[in-house]
Amino acid sequence: MHPDFDIIIIGAGPAGMSAAIEAAKHGASVCILDEQASGGGQIYRNVSNSKQDQVDILGKDYLAGRQYVDGLRHDRILHRAGVTVWKVDKAGTVVFSDAGRAEQIRGRHIILASGAMERAVPLPGWTLPGVLTAGAAQILMKSGSIVTRDAVLVGSGPLLYLVATQLLAAGAAPKALVETQTRRDLIAALPHLAKALRDWKQLFKGVRMIAALKWAGVPRFKAASDIAIEGEENAEAVRFRAGGKDHCIDTNIVLLHQGVVPNTQISRSLGLEHHYDHTQRCFHPVIDEFGQASHPMFSIAGDGAGIGGAKVAALSGRICALNALARIKKISGGERDKRVRRLETSKRTELSIRPFLDTLYPPPQSVLLPQDETIICRCEEVTAGDIRRYAKLGCKGPNQTKSFGRSGMGPCQGRFCGLTVTEILAAETGETQDAVGSYRIRAPLKPVTLAELAALAETNEKEAAE
Amino acid sequence: MFESFDKSDPGRTLSFTYAGKSISAKPGMSVAAALLTHGVTAFRGTPVSGAARGPFCMMGACYDCLVLIDGVTVQACLTPVHEGLVVERVPITSEDA
Ligand SMILES: Cc1cc2nc3c(=O)[nH]c(=O)nc-3n(C[C@H](O)[C@H](O)[C@H](O)COP(=O)(O)OP(=O)(O)OC[C@H]3O[C@@H](n4cnc5c(N)ncnc54)[C@H](O)[C@@H]3O)c2cc1C
Ligand code: FES
Repeated sequence: MHPDFDIIIIGAGPAGMSAAIEAAKHGASVCILDEQASGGGQIYRNVSNSKQDQVDILGKDYLAGRQYVDGLRHDRILHRAGVTVWKVDKAGTVVFSDAGRAEQIRGRHIILASGAMERAVPLPGWTLPGVLTAGAAQILMKSGSIVTRDAVLVGSGPLLYLVATQLLAAGAAPKALVETQTRRDLIAALPHLAKALRDWKQLFKGVRMIAALKWAGVPRFKAASDIAIEGEENAEAVRFRAGGKDHCIDTNIVLLHQGVVPNTQISRSLGLEHHYDHTQRCFHPVIDEFGQASHPMFSIAGDGAGIGGAKVAALSGRICALNALARIKKISGGERDKRVRRLETSKRTELSIRPFLDTLYPPPQSVLLPQDETIICRCEEVTAGDIRRYAKLGCKGPNQTKSFGRSGMGPCQGRFCGLTVTEILAAETGETQDAVGSYRIRAPLKPVTLAELAALAETNEKEAAE
Repeated sequence: MFESFDKSDPGRTLSFTYAGKSISAKPGMSVAAALLTHGVTAFRGTPVSGAARGPFCMMGACYDCLVLIDGVTVQACLTPVHEGLVVERVPITSEDA
């Protein structure tokens, strides 16, 4: 099979979109695939269709995404929206489903730009209906013009404040913020402040968000611990300790957030190298300064390579595009190096705030290593205690847990329990997270129907016969 | 409570059914978003204990929002609504098919 495109990009967030635009500018033919109905990724979700009242609520950083979506309208860029990629191989074949029909295409180089997902927040009661992620509440605002009224936000991190202020702007002030970062985290973060000040605008934005919440009189509880969500058929209340007192807040909507982590399903399914990042407490694929992964066919851009935020994602998308262009000989190695150097400088400036944020808002131990009764695998209802029991029986790695129970075997394929299982096994066995490893991921990355597989097999046979 | 702040033409709504009940929605919404605005937060029971589950991530990662459309189990958060769509609850046993 001949390559259909010079470059295939998976994910149309800021990373994938800017990679596509850069690659097309230098004469490459590009196919960019994304599950969402329109371009934008997580931060700019639905931006090209957003109405004025949405823009008012979501702010001008959101609107900035329109330039990228507009940039995808280019002769050499084919944007396939609403398609889910479920298999990628080292020959450059990308298999995806479009409305229940499987298709496959081949590229000379593949850029993975599948972004991030929110870290799992395994707390007692987190599986109850009415408990969503903070990002989910934001998606409802972006794609559905829906607000969550009287919600209690639980967790920590910049996105928690962003969603809270967006809800405020929408006239749906949260009932409270129950925050987990402690004074000790603040002290640990202070040495990183000087560097973070290089991106003082970003810092100032954070300060302004917190001030807005204070002005509006939204109660904030800091260093909260022993958090549990109560309810029978739906969330009814959040219970926690803060300031030496027990608290209980009634609410039907709880929004959880403990930062975002790279979505590494595709890079892991390919067996690319990953390593555990101790500051961001998650696995990162191993890449070089050009975004090149451990196999020559793949570059990795954006939050999928490590959390840096939208601007870093866009810059790294361009860097990966230049890497891909050099690999397929559309530009020379020298030209790549020259152009990347400039982008690299901006990327470094944009990244200067990260160590401060990562240290100030770490996931608390109670989330990384939940108490025994807490469900960690939502799909199969496996608890943290179950994993500890498997460890005592000799289970050494996440893949082995599957022979003890069904953790990671449900439809989400371990997306939400993977990191927790690694952390628990590392703590129980005394090994490093790298030594413990993570779930092995196999295609199909998303459940596909037998009809889809059969239809694909048929087209493959036909092609082979031709 | 999940509430719409969409002030655009209230006439532009469509309707679909969920477990036999008629649900109204705005074009462009996902099935999950539409159900949430109607107070439906529990979409299915888990195969292990039958515990109630509903949308958690809204971005296609958690699979807690599974519903049945035309005999196929799909993620309600990734499925746009359209006029006359018939959405059913998934039978508790067959969801990782
Ligand atoms: C829910 C959520 C909300 C966020 N909101 C904000 C925000 O408001 N402001 C902010 O600064 N940061 C936000 N972030 C952080 C965000 O990760 C970055 O700011 C930025 O969006 C990263 O850009 P990216 O291009 O790397 O990835 P993303 O923007 O995440 O884009 C990745 C894209 O890949 C697609 N994709 C992934 N897997 C597949 C597949 N198998 N098949 C097809 N398509 C696939 C996804 O649909 C997605 O559109 C949010 C993160 C999350 C998870
Ligand atoms: S709500 Fe998580 S997959 Fe739909």
